Amino acid sequence: MPSEVLLGGVIVVALMLYVVLAGADFGGGVWDLLAFGPRRARQRQAIEHAIGPIWEANHVWLILVVVVIFTAFPAAFAALSTSLHVPLTLFLVGVVFRGSAFAFRSFTGGAGAGDPGDGRGERGQHRWGWIFSLASLISPLLLGMTVGAIASGRIRVEHGLVAGGFVRPWLAPFPFAVGLYALALCAFLAATYLAVELEDDPELQWDFRLRAFAAGVAVGGCALLAFLLSGSGAPLIRDGLTRRPWTWPLHGLTALVAIGALVALVRGRLRTARVLVVVQTVAILAGWVASQYPFLLVPDLTIWNAAAAHETRIWLLIVLAAGVPVLVPSLAVLFRVFKMGTFEGTSGRGREKAHRDAQ
Amino acid sequence: MTPLLYARAQMGLSLAFHIVFAAVGIALPLLMVIADVLWIRTRDPDYLTLTKLLAKGTGILFAVGAVSGTVLSFELGLLWPTFMGTFGPVIGLPFALEGFAFFTEAIFLGIYLYGRGRVSERFHLFAGIVVAASGAASAFFVTLVNAFMNQPAGLTLDIAGHLTGYDPIAAMWSPPWRHQVLHVLLASYQATAFAMVAIHAALLLRDRTSGLHRKALAIALSLGGLAAVAQPISGDASAKAIARQQPIKLAGAEAHFTSGPRAPLEVGGFADVDRRRVDGAIRIPGGLSFLAFNDVDAPVIGLDAFPRADWPPVRELHLAFDAMVGTGTAMALIAVLAAALALRRRALPDARWFLRLLVASGPLGVVALESGWLVTEWGRQPWIVRGAMRTADAVTSFPYKAAPFWLFTITYLFLGAVVVYLLWRQIVSSHHAGVSAPEPGRAV
Repeated sequence: MPSEVLLGGVIVVALMLYVVLAGADFGGGVWDLLAFGPRRARQRQAIEHAIGPIWEANHVWLILVVVVIFTAFPAAFAALSTSLHVPLTLFLVGVVFRGSAFAFRSFTGGAGAGDPGDGRGERGQHRWGWIFSLASLISPLLLGMTVGAIASGRIRVEHGLVAGGFVRPWLAPFPFAVGLYALALCAFLAATYLAVELEDDPELQWDFRLRAFAAGVAVGGCALLAFLLSGSGAPLIRDGLTRRPWTWPLHGLTALVAIGALVALVRGRLRTARVLVVVQTVAILAGWVASQYPFLLVPDLTIWNAAAAHETRIWLLIVLAAGVPVLVPSLAVLFRVFKMGTFEGTSGRGREKAHRDAQ
Repeated sequence: MTPLLYARAQMGLSLAFHIVFAAVGIALPLLMVIADVLWIRTRDPDYLTLTKLLAKGTGILFAVGAVSGTVLSFELGLLWPTFMGTFGPVIGLPFALEGFAFFTEAIFLGIYLYGRGRVSERFHLFAGIVVAASGAASAFFVTLVNAFMNQPAGLTLDIAGHLTGYDPIAAMWSPPWRHQVLHVLLASYQATAFAMVAIHAALLLRDRTSGLHRKALAIALSLGGLAAVAQPISGDASAKAIARQQPIKLAGAEAHFTSGPRAPLEVGGFADVDRRRVDGAIRIPGGLSFLAFNDVDAPVIGLDAFPRADWPPVRELHLAFDAMVGTGTAMALIAVLAAALALRRRALPDARWFLRLLVASGPLGVVALESGWLVTEWGRQPWIVRGAMRTADAVTSFPYKAAPFWLFTITYLFLGAVVVYLLWRQIVSSHHAGVSAPEPGRAV
C-alpha cells in the first residue's frame, strides 16, 4: 500500500480514537452544563470522576493528528491553518479553558481531591464548572465546523496560496450542521459511557440512559440535516456520499447500528449500547472519509499532491510503528485501572464502588 | 504594530507562557518521585504529605502545560504556515517522537494522580518515574526542533536559497542539539526547584518547627543546587559551541560589534546599535576571546562581519543574555553558599538571613529560563530557520493579526493569574497542614 494512503489511514484512525475517547470527555462537559433535576450535583460528580484520570491522555490523539498532517502532508496543513484560522483559534481557546478549568476544579476541592476546606471551595468549583462546560460545548462545535468547511469545497488553493476568504468557508449552514452533528455525537458517547459506568447507582444510571437516548435521536436528526444541506453546501461530498456504489452499504450499516444503539438503550442493554455507539461513531467518520477520499482539502489538495517527500513518509511510518508498542500497553493499563469494572466481571465493579464509598 | 510583529508577539507570548509549565512538567514529577521514594523508604508521613502536595501541584500545572502546548502545535501553522508547509516534514520526526513521550507522560500521570491506593505501591511509584522520564524525553525532542531552526543540518538549498531537498535524520540531529538539550533540561530543574525552595523557605520562616517544610526545602535545594552548579559549565560549553557554529548569535548576545583579536567582554550595559558601542558596561579586555576560545588573544567574529539586514535585535538580545548570565551566576553562588553552610553545620542551613536569601532567589530560575529562551530566539532573528527562511517570509497571510494576539494575551494573563492564586491558596493550606498534621501523623 502506498505510504500516502497508510499515513492518511493513520490520521483517520487517530481522529476516530480522538472522537471516541476525547469526544466523550467533551460530551461530559455538555452534560455538566445540562445537569438538572434533584441529582444535579451527583451527575456532575460522576462526570468528573469518569473523565479525571483519562482526559489528558485522550487529548493527545489530537496532537498526533496535527503532527502527522504537517509531517506527511505539509501543504494541506499550511492551507488548512491559513484558511481556517478563525475557527481553529476559537477551538483552541475552548481547549485551553476546558482543560485548565477542569484541572482547577478537580484539584481545588473537586469531587476527587481532599479539600483543605476553607469555605471557598464550592463556589469556586461552580464557577470553574461553568467555564469547563461552556468550553466543552464550543470546542466540538468548532471542530465539526472545521470539518464541514474542509468538505465544503469552498477553500481553494491556487498556486500554493489560499483563496476563498477567511470566514465564508466555515460560517455557512452546512459546516454549522456538521458542527452540531459533532456536538450531538460527543454528548451521545458521553451519556452512553456514563450509563455503563454507573451500574452501581440506578438513579444516576437512569438519568444518563435517558440523556443518551435523547442525544442518539439528536445525532440522527443532525445526520439528516447535514445530508440535506450537503446538496448545496458540499456538492462533491454529496456526490461521494451518494454515487459511489460502495458507500451505500456503509450508510446502511451506520443507520442499522444507530437504531440498534437506541434499541439497546431502551432495553437496558447498556454494554451492548456502548459497543454500538462506538461502532456508529467509527462508521460515521468512515463514511465521511470514504466520500472525501482521496481529498485532504476538497477540491484542490489530495493525499497525492500534498504529500511530503518519500523519505520523510517512510521515516514517519517507522517512528509511528515504533511508538505503538509503547503506547498500546500504556493505554491498556490506564483504562484497566480506571475503567476495569465496566468491561469485566464484578470484582472490578466492587472496587469502583469501594473507591466511591471511600470518598 | 505590523502583522509580522503581531504574529511574533503572539508566538512569543504563547511560548513564554508554555515554557514555564513545560519546565515544571519536567521537574515537578522528579521532585514528587523523590519525595515518594523517601516516603516508601522511611515511612515518615511528612514525605507522604509532601509527595501528595507535589502531585496536586503537578496536576494543575501539567494540565495548563498540556493545553498551552496544544495551542502551540496549532499556532505553528496558524501563524507560520509557510514555515510549516516547507519545513513541517523536516521537523516532523522529533515532533512525532515528542508526541509519543507526551502520550506516555499523560497516561502515567493519570495513573499516578488518581491511582494511589488503586494500584500497588510499586506500580504507583513506577508510574511516577515514567512521568518524570517522559517529561524529560519530551523536552529532549522539542529541543531537537529548536536546534534545527538555529543551525539546520541536512538541507539542500539552491542558489536563491530555496529548499530543494533534505535529509530528515540529519536534520533531527542538527549540531546545536547537544548543548541545547543539556542547557534546557538543567534550566527546567533549576527554575522549578528554586521556586519550590523559595516557597518552603518562606513557610519555614513562618514556622521554624515544621518538619514538612524542612524536608521539602532539603529536597528542592539539593536538586536546584546541583543544577545551578552544573548550569554555568553547560553554559560555557554552549558559548564555545555557538562561537564556532553561530558566530553572529554570540556577537549579538555579547554586543560585540567589531571583529578582531583580544575581544572584550561587555558585562551589562545597553547596546547602542547605531553607534556600535555598549553604554554603561563593565569591560573585561580579552574576556570574550577567553570565553569563546579559552585564549585571551583569539580573534572573535563581530557583527561587522555580517550584512546589517542579518543582524539580530542586538539591544534586546544583549539585555536578555545578561539577565540569563546574571541570574545563573547568582543561583550558582547561592548553591555554593548553601553547600558550604550545610557541610559546616552538617545539617540543613536554616539561619533566618539564609532563608530570606532563598525566598528572594525564588524568581531567579524562571527569569533565567525565560531570558535564556529569548536569547536563543532573538539570537536567530531575522531567520526562522537560519540561512534557509526568514521569519518575515514565513508569516501567515491572515490579515486580522491583532485579534488573535489580544485574545491569547487576555486568556494567558487570566490563566497565569489564576494559577498563581490557586498555588498560593494551596501553599497557605499546606502551611496549615504542616502545622497541624505532624502530631497525629507521627503517632501512626
